[in-house]
Amino acid sequence: MFEYEGMTDAALSISSPAPAGDEIRALRSRIQQMQATKLDSRSVRTHPALESLLPGGTLKAGSAYSVERSTALVMALMAGPSADGVWCGVVGMPDFGLEAAAGFGIDLARLALVPHPGDEWLTVTAAMADVVGVVVTVPPKRVPDSAVARLQARIRQREALLIVLGEWPQSEATLRITESRWTGIGSGHGYLAGRQAVVSATARGGLGRPRRARLWLPDGDELFRPVEGQVGAGQVGAGQLGSGQLGSGQLGTGQLGTGQLGGGSGLERARPRILHEVAS
Amino acid sequence: MARGRRAGAAGRSTPVRSMVVWCPDWPVVAMARAEGVAEDAVLAADEFLAVIEKGLVYACSAAARADGVRRGLRIREAQARSPRLRVFELDTAVVNRAFEPVIMALEELSPGVQVVRPGTCALRARGPARFYGDEEGAAVAFLARLAEIGVTDARIGIADGLFAADHAARLPGRELVRIVPPGGSGDFLAPLPVGFLGGLEGADELIPLLGRLGIHSLGEFARLPLEDVQSRFGDDGARAHLKASGRDGQPVVPRIPPEVRESVSEFEPPLDRIDQVTFGIRAAADLFVQRLSESRLVCTGIRVELTSERGQVRERSWLHPRWFSSSDVVDRVRWQLQGGDAIETALESGISRVRVIAEAVDASAKHETGLWGSGSEERVHHGMARLQSMVGHEGVLTATIGGGRAPGERIRFAPWGDRVEASGAGAPWPGSLPPPLPSTVFEQPRVVQVATAEGEPVEVSARGELSAAPALFSETGALHDLRPLSAWAGPWPTEERWWDATAHRRVDRFQVVDDCGGAWLLALENHRWRAEARYD
Repeated sequence: MFEYEGMTDAALSISSPAPAGDEIRALRSRIQQMQATKLDSRSVRTHPALESLLPGGTLKAGSAYSVERSTALVMALMAGPSADGVWCGVVGMPDFGLEAAAGFGIDLARLALVPHPGDEWLTVTAAMADVVGVVVTVPPKRVPDSAVARLQARIRQREALLIVLGEWPQSEATLRITESRWTGIGSGHGYLAGRQAVVSATARGGLGRPRRARLWLPDGDELFRPVEGQVGAGQVGAGQLGSGQLGSGQLGTGQLGTGQLGGGSGLERARPRILHEVAS
Repeated sequence: MARGRRAGAAGRSTPVRSMVVWCPDWPVVAMARAEGVAEDAVLAADEFLAVIEKGLVYACSAAARADGVRRGLRIREAQARSPRLRVFELDTAVVNRAFEPVIMALEELSPGVQVVRPGTCALRARGPARFYGDEEGAAVAFLARLAEIGVTDARIGIADGLFAADHAARLPGRELVRIVPPGGSGDFLAPLPVGFLGGLEGADELIPLLGRLGIHSLGEFARLPLEDVQSRFGDDGARAHLKASGRDGQPVVPRIPPEVRESVSEFEPPLDRIDQVTFGIRAAADLFVQRLSESRLVCTGIRVELTSERGQVRERSWLHPRWFSSSDVVDRVRWQLQGGDAIETALESGISRVRVIAEAVDASAKHETGLWGSGSEERVHHGMARLQSMVGHEGVLTATIGGGRAPGERIRFAPWGDRVEASGAGAPWPGSLPPPLPSTVFEQPRVVQVATAEGEPVEVSARGELSAAPALFSETGALHDLRPLSAWAGPWPTEERWWDATAHRRVDRFQVVDDCGGAWLLALENHRWRAEARYD
């Protein structure tokens, strides 16, 4: 009897297509989340600031990660493996800020660049994945599924790490900056000294709950680190203003060096105001 | 003590009959040839040329000398004396390389050539004199051979001792061959001024001192007793005394001709496709590398010379991060043929000759792979070489940080495998950006627009005054895309090369934050706003 009732329930739920479709999709996404690309993927050294964001708390060798519109986040992902002495390759990014990368702890001596792969993007990226541990790339506008599958297979086989700036269908996690606030700069005074950003990460498939973290990306010492507490953050912000004032002093000497300008620039006028803010 | 014995030994040994071949103004001739000045113009002495080393005249052509240009003058003064003077920076590698054919031509006629300096070489006179009958005959034969390779103004001096022979060759006069009879070196040198001792060890002190002592000629110096000179001027003085008296025992030390490791492929008829050429040299490259490895050497640098059917020569040196295998050699030749363009396969004019010369060789024992392989580095080099064969030699880059103000200027790129030369990274560079640095530095600066709240473009006056506070910002440069700015700072003026009217650059830099929290580094130059970098 109970079985019969259960059967009717099941029959009913199958007969009504809309809720069943939802359920199947939800179940599929659960399965996809629980399926690792490989059972025992080797974990790669990860920058501590990003640990809370990534599924499993670490970067996994042989998988892909995508980042939306932030080269600084790409560099944060690269910084961990590069500090471990892993070779990095950057394909198709002529605008990659190398000096910033060096400041963030990426070893330029173990970095190879192919700024203009041209039509050979897939071959070049695949060949790069053969030799280096971390491949950073911007895919062309339209990548055929077959190319994605081939590159993904190559990455998995070589246990390399693929970091894509842009969309990537098979990424382990997608990172993006949802909120960004710069410190040290006002209207007409100071300079960019640090940024507090809220980074959100969506795990594989895009259906899990996004993880969020508030990070310094970077702080005044070119470091990535989590923001400790809102109150503390406010104090750090004031400290940044202080260093901002210092920085403007340096720039002032720059002006002297070029033999330019009296007190006319926005910067010169700004200095007393910053002092005032620090004092208050 | 040891030095004293050396001087004594030199005194006891009898001077060797020496022959010095001198090519006048060799640095000028060699540099002019390298810079493409017509050679007969140099020889006809109507071209005003000077070679400069560290801001001073090192050598000059006969025409310039007639105008009063001398060695050791400053460029400005030389140009004032000879207004039509053309100056070249001295490149010792070029000068030495140009002299190589001369030495080889002499070595064909007589072994044991010593290169004194580029332009001058010495031989023992006895052998050639016996072979050609007498010294004069030998000298004429040598001059004839040199004229065949295009050196028509060489002079030869023959005397007892290198010093006397050198001056016999260099003494002004019309005769091309000057022979000082055996035993006559002392008499020959006697009337010459003591200034001719210049260039010897300790001569800088000796020559002015002799002048103050009233000794003006080498003969007067030679008449002083050797013991007195040695006790007063030391060993250097004693050696100078021996030279001045024509009893210079300095032997001719022949050079050991270097074994040239090269591979030459000639194509008849000339080949006009890159793949034909690379295929044509494959076997030669194999043989080249095989010969090197037979003598237990590996090659870490090569020079490739490509001669086209029109006679143009393109040469370039290539380095290898490890050592060249035969396929690496073929790759380098192909890249040089492509000239940075990875797609072009046809050539402007056919290639008739490819010459590959080993520039740097090393013992192969130092480059042996370990028992378990040399690990990841080797794999990386192989992989990058493969990438280079896909996107061209200049397509795979490594970078270092150098000096400069704008973020894009500070990075120095070098093709994979070449050495990166970075300079000025440690210098202060006032006006450069404070950290944190932008994570995106645009290869081509983007056109943007910055406007006041009313939509007027923001300008900076020559004195650095802003026309109004920036309030709106357009990422694309289009006016309908203007969005509000949440923060801005600047202008930070940079005035570069104000002393040079053509290279002068005045840039005002700004940092701005747009309403989405994205930060930009902007530059205002000639009333145009550009985004140089982005903090994304």
